[in-house]
Amino acid sequence: MELNLKLNLDASTLKADFPLLGREVNGKPIVYLDSAATSQKPQSVLDAMDDYYRSINANVHRGAYYIADLATTAMEETRSKVQRFIGAASPREIILTKNATEAINLVAHSWGREYLSEGDVIVTTIMEHHANIVPWHILCADRGTRLRWLNLNVNGNLKLDDLDETLDGARLVVLSAMSNVLGAIPPIRQIADAAHEKGAVVVLDGAQFVPHLPTDVAELGADFLAFSGHKMCGPTGIGVLWGREDLLEAMPPFLGGGEMILDVTTEGFLPNDLPWKFEAGTPPIAEAIGLGAAVDYLADIGMPAIREHDRKLTAYALRTLPGRFGDKLNIHGPADTSERGGVLSFTFGDIHAHDISQVLDGEAVCVRAGHHCAKPLMDTLGVTATARASVYLYNDESDIDALADALERVGDFFG
Amino acid sequence: MPALEDLYREIVLDHYRNPRNRGELPCPPAKRAKGFNPLCGDEVIVFVEVDEGGRISDVRIDGQGCSISQAAASMMSVSVKGKTLSEARELERAFKTMMVIEGGGSPSSPADLGDLAALQGVKKFPVRIKCATLCWNTLSEGLTTE
Repeated sequence: MELNLKLNLDASTLKADFPLLGREVNGKPIVYLDSAATSQKPQSVLDAMDDYYRSINANVHRGAYYIADLATTAMEETRSKVQRFIGAASPREIILTKNATEAINLVAHSWGREYLSEGDVIVTTIMEHHANIVPWHILCADRGTRLRWLNLNVNGNLKLDDLDETLDGARLVVLSAMSNVLGAIPPIRQIADAAHEKGAVVVLDGAQFVPHLPTDVAELGADFLAFSGHKMCGPTGIGVLWGREDLLEAMPPFLGGGEMILDVTTEGFLPNDLPWKFEAGTPPIAEAIGLGAAVDYLADIGMPAIREHDRKLTAYALRTLPGRFGDKLNIHGPADTSERGGVLSFTFGDIHAHDISQVLDGEAVCVRAGHHCAKPLMDTLGVTATARASVYLYNDESDIDALADALERVGDFFG
Repeated sequence: MPALEDLYREIVLDHYRNPRNRGELPCPPAKRAKGFNPLCGDEVIVFVEVDEGGRISDVRIDGQGCSISQAAASMMSVSVKGKTLSEARELERAFKTMMVIEGGGSPSSPADLGDLAALQGVKKFPVRIKCATLCWNTLSEGLTTE
């Protein structure tokens, strides 16, 4: 894979790579602004999965015949592609999971139950997705560990004034690398370094970060990183846990079954080597191959270009939308695009988010409405729900303009 | 796609903007039930008081949520107030039949539903049916609570 330093991309050209973006809804061209929930898939990903089923469908790591070998190679190539994509030291550090949620649960179940006990402190943040809250609640109920929360500052990012005190005595620090509601990107390296100074292990939820920013696990400074394929142009049903090899090596298995063992007797079992120790059962082979194609697609465009495109489009939205709707529109999260991604959660007058998204749907504009699986954050923001528009590499300024036009329609019903 | 005007009828929006029977009732004698719709984050709290003759003597609605959930609760409160329990259950059945989640077709006499009939456009937006029926499920829970 050659290093790609292009800083420009042409979203209107890229749109043609995504078959779904050519469809209409309600007789109007679709305006897809929900990539924070799931991204659309380029033709190359659909082709890769289709080719697997049509030409090399066989179970992996088992058969000694030709197509079984091709299937195994194709799946393991994904592991290496992901390794290079996030700057991991070895493919042994790349665990293929169902999604980011399962990856976080793997750490909670395996590392958490092995190393944490009664009274141990886990530091998390108020802007986490439920996927990075509930596994720790479950661990607390099971092991008697305690949660301590980092709060927000006035800019809609994490408040770090009391970071040192909050980290005192912490064994584990778990945080989102980019909020799925605020778009906020906290100073990850600073938090990771401070956590390590206290002897804590750091888990990053990269579900929103990895699809949108250049990712280098060594630079981020964390110990674990979880992300999902379907938010980065790949299929659903495949995700990744990256972990430091020494930590993964020492951890007990998560799910038990085939593939994760070296030997099984009537007395017990011997776990397999990394990474397969954590991959019980037949893996999602087609999905893994689809993820490999997605990584190729993103790497070819170049993550620095994707980040710059997201940033410019976010700046355009933050400039034009308030310009058109004034105080009626309240966009949450940092105003500075250098510390946020293209996730725009907003309230519009006192109109409920679901009514907003219903009217937008009539204009073929797809946005998310609700609590975005982040109820503690909603409580902190003092709202029950927000509408959320989120952009990706195939969106351009015309999509933001279409959102604004559709918001005018919301006023027609609820103004 | 059906027209949004079918969903957001004027009478529905009126109940949303000017909710009837808003507030709380002392419990006891009233009973209280709380319902959630995780999709919209809707929350409907129903206070219901039944007199010795088995008649709903008072009802109040609290909570927050989307226009359909809150308008439906307001309209329900008007329609069940003063009704006997069996009349209220009949209304619930007729309403859910209109929403095509009970029985097969249209209610035998839509006129009996009164203003509630204005919510029939909701069934063209299947995702929102739960918003409209949340208050009825909550009332039902309140009436069966010991």
